[in-house]
Amino acid sequence: MADASYPEDLLYHAEHDWAKIDGDVATFGVTWFAQDSLGDVVFFDPPAVGAQVTAGEGYAEVESVKAVSDVIAPLSGEIVEVNEALKDTPEQINDDPYGEGWMVKVKLSDPSQTETLLSQADYTAQLG
Amino acid sequence: MSATVPTQPVEGLPMQRDEIKTIYERSVEGRRAFAAPPLDVPVKPLDELIPAALRRSTPAQLPQVSEPEIVRHYNRLSKRNFDLDTGFYPLGSCTMKHNPKLHERVAGLPGNARLHPLQDPARAQGALELMHGLQESLGEIAGMPHVSLQPSAGSHGELAGLLLTRAYHEDRGEQRTKVLTPDTAHGTNPATVTMAGYEVVKVGTNADGGVDVDDLRAKADDSVACLMLTNPNTLGVFDPQIEEIARIVHGVGATLYYDGANLNAIMGITRPGDMGFDIVHFNLHKSFTQPHGGGGPGAGPIAVSDRIAPYLPRPQVVKREDGTFDLEHDIPKSIGKLRGFQGNYGVFVRSYAYIRSLGAEGLREASEIAVLNANYLLALLRRAGVAEYLPAAFDRLCMHEFVLSGAPMKRDLGIRTLDLAKRLLDHGVHPPTVYFPLLVDEALLLEPTETETKETLDHFADVIAEILAEAKADPEIARNAPYTTPVRRLDEAGAAKKPVIRQPL
Repeated sequence: MADASYPEDLLYHAEHDWAKIDGDVATFGVTWFAQDSLGDVVFFDPPAVGAQVTAGEGYAEVESVKAVSDVIAPLSGEIVEVNEALKDTPEQINDDPYGEGWMVKVKLSDPSQTETLLSQADYTAQLG
Repeated sequence: MSATVPTQPVEGLPMQRDEIKTIYERSVEGRRAFAAPPLDVPVKPLDELIPAALRRSTPAQLPQVSEPEIVRHYNRLSKRNFDLDTGFYPLGSCTMKHNPKLHERVAGLPGNARLHPLQDPARAQGALELMHGLQESLGEIAGMPHVSLQPSAGSHGELAGLLLTRAYHEDRGEQRTKVLTPDTAHGTNPATVTMAGYEVVKVGTNADGGVDVDDLRAKADDSVACLMLTNPNTLGVFDPQIEEIARIVHGVGATLYYDGANLNAIMGITRPGDMGFDIVHFNLHKSFTQPHGGGGPGAGPIAVSDRIAPYLPRPQVVKREDGTFDLEHDIPKSIGKLRGFQGNYGVFVRSYAYIRSLGAEGLREASEIAVLNANYLLALLRRAGVAEYLPAAFDRLCMHEFVLSGAPMKRDLGIRTLDLAKRLLDHGVHPPTVYFPLLVDEALLLEPTETETKETLDHFADVIAEILAEAKADPEIARNAPYTTPVRRLDEAGAAKKPVIRQPL
């Protein structure tokens, strides 16, 4: 499992999710803290391409050896791509949470929502 | 103590050396454990007894082994198991209390053990009287007079409760779509809600570990069918706001469901019926000493208030005016039958034996000692060397169980709750419930029950302190534990992702 890290170029949601902004499309995933708390992930249940997601609400489920948890969307929009590889290798969420473990790409409905997200410094501060 | 507990893998213990084989792998063509005596009745062609269409075309593939092989196989398996007759088993919310051996004797009496489920009620009066007596006893304990013994597990009782809730609302011409469950709920609650076709809506927890009543008030409206609640809840906390909660739930016309998983804390002290609940299920394997069956046979009877009674499953065991017992099928608004026959009768015998041998005073005392034991153990674990790594999640008196957080242990000692749990196995102790309830980070949920001695609780606290001290010196020991068990760390992720559920014959 990877060492604790929180890249500076990402934006964070308090429910332990990250977003990487590229124009009006964002990539979502869960943070190192989230995957560490979950333990070994055994299943990722993604949303369908075209589904609408709402900031602060669940858009997918991850199942670990401990529990099934909702994954919270940091921003609102429409799913344009899903990381299909996680179907067979959900452990990428543990091994590489910011890289191969990305979950979905979303066309943002309101790019100004990014202002509500946390910087790396603010997010790690609230982890304590 | 520490001198005898290995700190690295032990090779060659009998259980580890022993090759694990299934009974089928032990099978040898032609081997038998039984020789049938010569036939002493007239021979009849098989076709006259069982029509060919109902017979299998190929013989069943059963293992062929000798009697000593069978005995050794199952004896070996039983030794690989850790059970309550082996050692301390403080599994929170599971109430692993002693199963009194008297109950086995009573359940084994020929009149109980040989009873046929299709026996005419007129010729099964004793059994029906026992079931009726159990209904009355459970009704008295719950403070709700109407009982059905049909559900076969706690989760089945939950399903019955929601089917009853739906029948109650539909009878009133109401269609409701949501069921509220606190975020501390047992996982079966939201699962039951989904299975019953309702939508799960979670209610938050307040700073004291009880229901966030403001959140409840905001979510309770006339689309809500029911609130499912455990009190005391899975944090081991009794929610003193229960009367207010009942007012809110009843105010919107919903039912209030009591998950009886934690009944062991309150028997004879308070009653769900008095708290305003409409439906309760009992886990006979938790509060009433039926052995935990690993999936069966079980029983999860329910008790309900007057307004829910017309919808109870049928048939009901009733006492007729002439003093005889019978099965009543004429319950027009009943939700119907929930299972075949009348339930797992042997389970009823054991739990009835327990209730009758303890009596009202004894049941109350059992609950009082369960709560005392939990508080004693919690106090022991507040010692230096433990409390700074495993603090109580809620710093107050607990009920029959309590929650610790392993978060400081993980941060400061580098071992997780899972590592501590695995290391306990090397000390001959079964770990408590881990990683539940979900809202406590690195949770351990401990329930010692009333049947454990002071010496056992003292020993457990010493073992926890020892493991923490050991981790301070070398966290790798716990991280790689257990060392002494037949199998070591299992690949849980692999088991979930690529389960092997069939064995080719």
